[in-house]
Amino acid sequence: MSANRKTMLSSAIISRAVKDSFIKLNPVSMMKNPVMFVVEVGTVVVLMMTLFPGYFQTQDQIGFNLTVFFILLFTVLFANFAEALAEGRGKAQADSLKNSKKEINANKVVGGVIKIVPSTELRKGDIVSVSQGEMIPGDGEVIEGLASVDESAITGESAPVIKEAGGDFSSVTGGTRVVSDKITVRITSDPGESFIDRMISLVEGAKRQKTPNELALNTLLTSLTIIFLIVVVTLGPIAGYLNIELQIPVLIALLVCLIPTTIGGLLSAIGIAGMDRVTQFNVLAMSGKAVEAAGDINTMILDKTGTITYGNRMASEFVPVGGEALQTVGEWAAISSVRDETPEGRSVLELMKKQSLAYDGSVATGAEFIEFKAETRMSGVDLQDGRKVRKGAVDAVKKWVTAQGGNIPADLDASSDSIAREGGTPLAVAMDNRIYGLIYLKDTVKPGMRDRFDQLRQMGIKTIMCTGDNPLTAATIAREAGVDDFVAESKPEDKIALIRREQAEGKLVAMTGDGTNDAPALAQADVGLAMNSGTIAAKEAANMVDLDSDPSKIIEVVSIGKQLLMTRGALTTFSIANDIAKYFAIIPAMFILAIPEMSALNVMGLGSPLSAILSALIFNAIIIPLLIPLAMKGVAYKPMSASKLLGRNIVIYGLGGVIVPFIGIKLIDLVVHLWV
Amino acid sequence: MGILQIVIVLAVLVALVKPVGNYVYHVFSNEPNRQDRIFGPFERLIYFLIGLKSRAGMTWKKYALSFLLTNIVLVAVGYVILRVQQYLPLNPNGIGNMEQTLSFNTIISFITNTNLQDYSGETGLSYFSQMVVIMMMMFTSAATGFSVAIAFVRGITSKGETIGNFFEDFVKAHTRIFLPASVLVTLLLVALQVPQTLDPTLTVTTLEGAVQSIAIGPVAALESIKHIGTNGGGFFGVNSAHPFENPSPLTNVIEILSMWALPASLPYVYGRFAKNRKQGWVIFSAMMTLFLLFLSLIHFSELRGNPAINAMGIDASQGSMEGKEVRFGIPQSTLFTAVTTAATTGTVNNMHDTLTPLGGLGALGEMMLNVVFGGKGVGLINMLMYAILGVFLCGLMVGRTPEFLGRKIEPREMKLIAVAILAHPFLILVPTAIAFMTDLGRGAITNPGAHGISQVLYQYVSSAANNGSGFEGLADNTPFWNISTGLVMLFGRYIFMIAMLAVAGSLVRKQWVPETVGTFRTDNKLFYGILIGTVLIIGALTFLPAIVLGPIAEHLKLG
Repeated sequence: MSANRKTMLSSAIISRAVKDSFIKLNPVSMMKNPVMFVVEVGTVVVLMMTLFPGYFQTQDQIGFNLTVFFILLFTVLFANFAEALAEGRGKAQADSLKNSKKEINANKVVGGVIKIVPSTELRKGDIVSVSQGEMIPGDGEVIEGLASVDESAITGESAPVIKEAGGDFSSVTGGTRVVSDKITVRITSDPGESFIDRMISLVEGAKRQKTPNELALNTLLTSLTIIFLIVVVTLGPIAGYLNIELQIPVLIALLVCLIPTTIGGLLSAIGIAGMDRVTQFNVLAMSGKAVEAAGDINTMILDKTGTITYGNRMASEFVPVGGEALQTVGEWAAISSVRDETPEGRSVLELMKKQSLAYDGSVATGAEFIEFKAETRMSGVDLQDGRKVRKGAVDAVKKWVTAQGGNIPADLDASSDSIAREGGTPLAVAMDNRIYGLIYLKDTVKPGMRDRFDQLRQMGIKTIMCTGDNPLTAATIAREAGVDDFVAESKPEDKIALIRREQAEGKLVAMTGDGTNDAPALAQADVGLAMNSGTIAAKEAANMVDLDSDPSKIIEVVSIGKQLLMTRGALTTFSIANDIAKYFAIIPAMFILAIPEMSALNVMGLGSPLSAILSALIFNAIIIPLLIPLAMKGVAYKPMSASKLLGRNIVIYGLGGVIVPFIGIKLIDLVVHLWV
Repeated sequence: MGILQIVIVLAVLVALVKPVGNYVYHVFSNEPNRQDRIFGPFERLIYFLIGLKSRAGMTWKKYALSFLLTNIVLVAVGYVILRVQQYLPLNPNGIGNMEQTLSFNTIISFITNTNLQDYSGETGLSYFSQMVVIMMMMFTSAATGFSVAIAFVRGITSKGETIGNFFEDFVKAHTRIFLPASVLVTLLLVALQVPQTLDPTLTVTTLEGAVQSIAIGPVAALESIKHIGTNGGGFFGVNSAHPFENPSPLTNVIEILSMWALPASLPYVYGRFAKNRKQGWVIFSAMMTLFLLFLSLIHFSELRGNPAINAMGIDASQGSMEGKEVRFGIPQSTLFTAVTTAATTGTVNNMHDTLTPLGGLGALGEMMLNVVFGGKGVGLINMLMYAILGVFLCGLMVGRTPEFLGRKIEPREMKLIAVAILAHPFLILVPTAIAFMTDLGRGAITNPGAHGISQVLYQYVSSAANNGSGFEGLADNTPFWNISTGLVMLFGRYIFMIAMLAVAGSLVRKQWVPETVGTFRTDNKLFYGILIGTVLIIGALTFLPAIVLGPIAEHLKLG
C-alpha cells in the first residue's frame, strides 16, 4: 500500500467538514435523507416557538425550547459532519490528483512533424511523442518504442514500470512521467474522460449513486420514520381524552428519539467510507455497487500464474542426464548462476542450499557474466580459464553445444519433455561441449495462499483456479495452494463459460485479469478486478482497477465489501434497538404530571420529566459523533461462518443497542438533572 | 387444575400440527395424491360448472385480480340480500331490512373475515341472511385468506413466473378443508346439545309463569365454520358465551381447537413447501412463544383479579369473574380469549370489556402484532413479512446483501413491505385519534378515562387485524362507527394482501442464491430470537404510547 493514498484525517479535512456540515443544512440537500430532514423540520418548528413565544403561547418554556432547539440542531449537524468527514478524505485526494492534471504541452505528431499543442486539445486518435523527463499528456497506447514510466502520481508506487508497444504492457496513463527513453503514444481518451478524470470523480464521490441495498434500507428507514410520525401525531388527540396536554417540543423530542436518526445520520458516511477504504487499499472501484457485490461473492476465479503462483521460475529439482552425477549438475548450475540476479538464478542457489549440495564459488572469481538475451536464450559465465558455462532453453543449449562439437546425451529430450509435460520449464546446464543435466523450473505457490483460501472457504466462497497448464500440473498446484477447483488447459473463452455457468446457479463471481482477451470475462463477472498494468480494454471492462497490479488483492476487496455491509447492518440494528430505552425515558416523563402512577415506568429513575426528555435527546444526538469512527473504520471483521458472525454481532450491536442507551441516558440525566 | 386444562389443550394442539399440516400441504401441493380420489370428481364437477377449463398458474397480478373480483361479486350479492331480507324466504321471525351503513359494515366485516358485529344476530338477521350471507362469507372469506397465504408461500418457496391458480385453490380450500371440517365439527356440536334447526324463536312459559322468548336457529352449522374459518361472528349477540353456541367446557375446547388448528399448522405447511421443515418450526416456535407470553399475561392478570374490588373484601379466590361464564371459569375463559385474539377469530366466550386492564392488554397486543398464529393465513404471511424484515435488518451483519430462502431482498420488496407495515399502525392510530377528536366518536364511549381509550383502540385494532371481537361497551351502531370501522377492515385486509402477493410475485421470479456457510440461516435458534425481537421492536413499540395511555394507565391507577 502506498503512502500518498493514505491521506490521514488532517485538521484541514476536519475543519472543512465542519464548514460543510453547515452548508449541508440546506433543506434541498437534506431532503435526500428523509430521516434527518424530519429532524431538521422539527428543529425549525422548535426554533419558531422559541423566537415567537407570544404567538405560540410558550412564554414559560423558552429555556426548555431553546435547549431542545440546540440539541436538535446539533443532531442534524453531527449527521452532516459524519457525511462531510467521510467525503473529506476523498476530496483531499481529488485535490492532489487535480494537481497532477495541470495543463501541459504535448508533442503532437502531425504528418511526421512534431507540433506543440496544449494537452487539453488532444483528441482520441491523436499521436504524440513523449521523451525522457516529459509528462504523458493523456491516456493512450504505446505504438512505438519502450520506456520506463513513473506512475507514482496514480499508484503511489515509486519504482518506474516498463511500457512498450504491443502486448499487455502498452497502456499509459495521462499525468505519469517518462523517466527514460522515448515512446510514441496514440491517445485513447478525449479530455474529461481520462483515467485521472474518472479517478477524481470517483474519490470525490461526486457521482456517487446509492446502491440497491442502500436504497432498500432507506425505504425501510423512511417507513419507520413515517410510522413514528403517525404515532406521535396521533398521540396528542388520544392523550387529550385524558385531558393531558402535550407540548409540541416534547412531541418533537419523542419523534426525533424514535426515528432511526443514528443510522439515518451515518448511512451515507458508511457508504462513502467503505468506498474510501477500497481506494486507500489502492483499488479503484468504479461504483459502490461493485464494492457491495464483492461482499456477496460466491465464487472467485483466479489465474494461476501471477495470482496463486509466482510464475514458472523457481528451480525445484536438478535432473542429471547422460549418467552425470547430481552433484555435478548442481555445481555447474550454481556456477552459471553465481552472478545471475534474476529470480531463476537466485532460486538455483537456494535449491543448492535446500538440497545441501556444495559447490566451489571461487571457480567463478573474475569470470565474465553473460546476460540472458532474447536471441541467445541463455545466460552464464565465461570463466577466467576459458571454460564457458551456460544454462538456458534446452534447444538453445543443444545448438550451442553442437556448435562446439559436443554430443547430446540420449536421455536429454525424454527428461526435458517429461518436465514440460508436468507444466514445468526445463533449463539445460552445459559446460563447453557437454550437457550435464536439467534444472527443473517449477511454479511456486506464493506463501500464505493456503491460509487465504481457507479463510475464503470459511466465508463460503469457492475458489477456482484457471491455468493453461495440463491437468496433471494444474492438479498439483491446486492441491498445493488449497483451491477448491481448477480448470486446466483453459482458454480465455473457457473463463467466460465458467463465469456464466456459475452465474446460472445464482452465484456471484469475481475474477481478476489484465490482458485484452480477459476483457469479456471481466465484463461478465460481477466483480472484475483489472490490473493497472493491463490493457485499456481490460481496465474498461472491469468494475475495479488495482493500481498496484496485485491480483491476489481481490481477496481483501471481498473482505472490505463484507465489512461495508456489516457496518451498515450493525448500526441499523443498534439504532433501532436503542428505541426501547428512549421509550422508557420519554413516555413516563410525558404523562407523569397527569398520571402520577406512571412513575412505575420510570425504570431508569430519571431525575425529572424535563431532564428525562433532554437526556434521551442528548443521548440521541451524541451517539452519532461517537459512532463516526466505527462508521468510517467499519466494524471488525474476521473471516468466519455466517452463524458465528451473526451471533457475535447480534450480541454486540443488538443486545448492546438495547442496553447501552439505558446506561447512557441515566448518566446524562445525572448531569442534566443538576439544572432541571 | 386450571393450568392443567390449558396445558392439555396446548398439547393436543401441538399434536395436531403435523397431521393437519401434512393434509393441508397435500391439498395445495398440486401433486397427485390420495385426496384426489375422494374429492377429485366433485371438484371436477365444480370446475365444469364454473367453466374453469384451464387451471394454469397465475402471475401475482392475475391472482390478486381474481381474488379481488371474486370478493367484489360476493360483496355485491351479500349487500343486496341484507338490504331486502324482509322479502326473502326463511324469515320466520319477520326481521326487517338492514340499514345501509350497518349493511355496509356487516358485509365488509364478513368478507374481510373480521366479523365485527354492530348488529345482534337474533334481531338483525333472517335465517336466510344468516345462512346465505353470513355463513357463505364465513366459508369464502376464510378460503380467500387461505388461498392467498398458500400463493404467498408458493411465491417465496418456488421459482418461475406463477404462484398458483386462485380458482383452483379457492375451490380446493372449500371442498377439502372447510366443508369436511365444518360437517365434522357441526355433528360434534349437535351431539353436544348445540341447536341446529330452522324453527322460529321459541316462546315458552317459565316455571314462574312468565313468558320468555328463546332464540334458536341453525346454530351448530354456523358455530363450526365460525371457528374453523376463524371468522368469529356469533349467531347470537353474546357470541360463544351464549349457552346455545357454547354449552359446555367440552364444546369450548372443541371451538378453541377448531379455530386454532389450521393457523397453527400453516407454519408447518410453509416448512413443507420450503422443503425444510425446520423453517416452519422456527416460525411456529416464535408464534408459540409470543402466544404463551400473552396467554400468561391474560391468565395471571385475570387470576389475580381486580385489586380495587379485592380491597373491598370480596372473595377473589376465583379471580376476576366479572363478565365470565361460570361454566368456563378463569382458565377456559383466558385461553379462549388468548386464542381468539391470536387466531384473529374474534369469537368471544367472555366479555372482553370486563377483562382486567392487563388481560385486555394481552388481547389487544395479540391483535396489534397480528402474527401470533393469526387467522386464515394472514398471520403466517405477516410473520413471514417480519421474517423478511428481520433478515433485512440483521442479515447485513453477516456481510452479505440480505437474502431470504435464497432470494435477495432488494428495494422493490422493501417498498412493498413498507406499504404493509405502514398500513397497520396507520389504520389503527389515525381513526383512533379521529374518534377522540370528534363528538361522533367520543359520543360512543361508555367509560371515561383510560378505559375509554382501550375501548376505542380495541375497536380499531380488532378491525384492522380483521379479528372482529369487540371490547363491546362501545355504542358502535352509528354511521360514524359503521363506516370508519368498515373502511379500516377493508383496507386492513386488502392493502396488506395485495402488497404481500406482490412481494411473492417479485420473489418468485428471482434468481436463487445458493446456500453456503456464508449464508444467513433462517432455520435455527438464532433466527428464532431475531424474529421475536423484530416483531416486538418493530411491531410492538409502535403501539406503546397508546397502550400506556390505555390499559397500562388503567392498570397503574388500580394500584
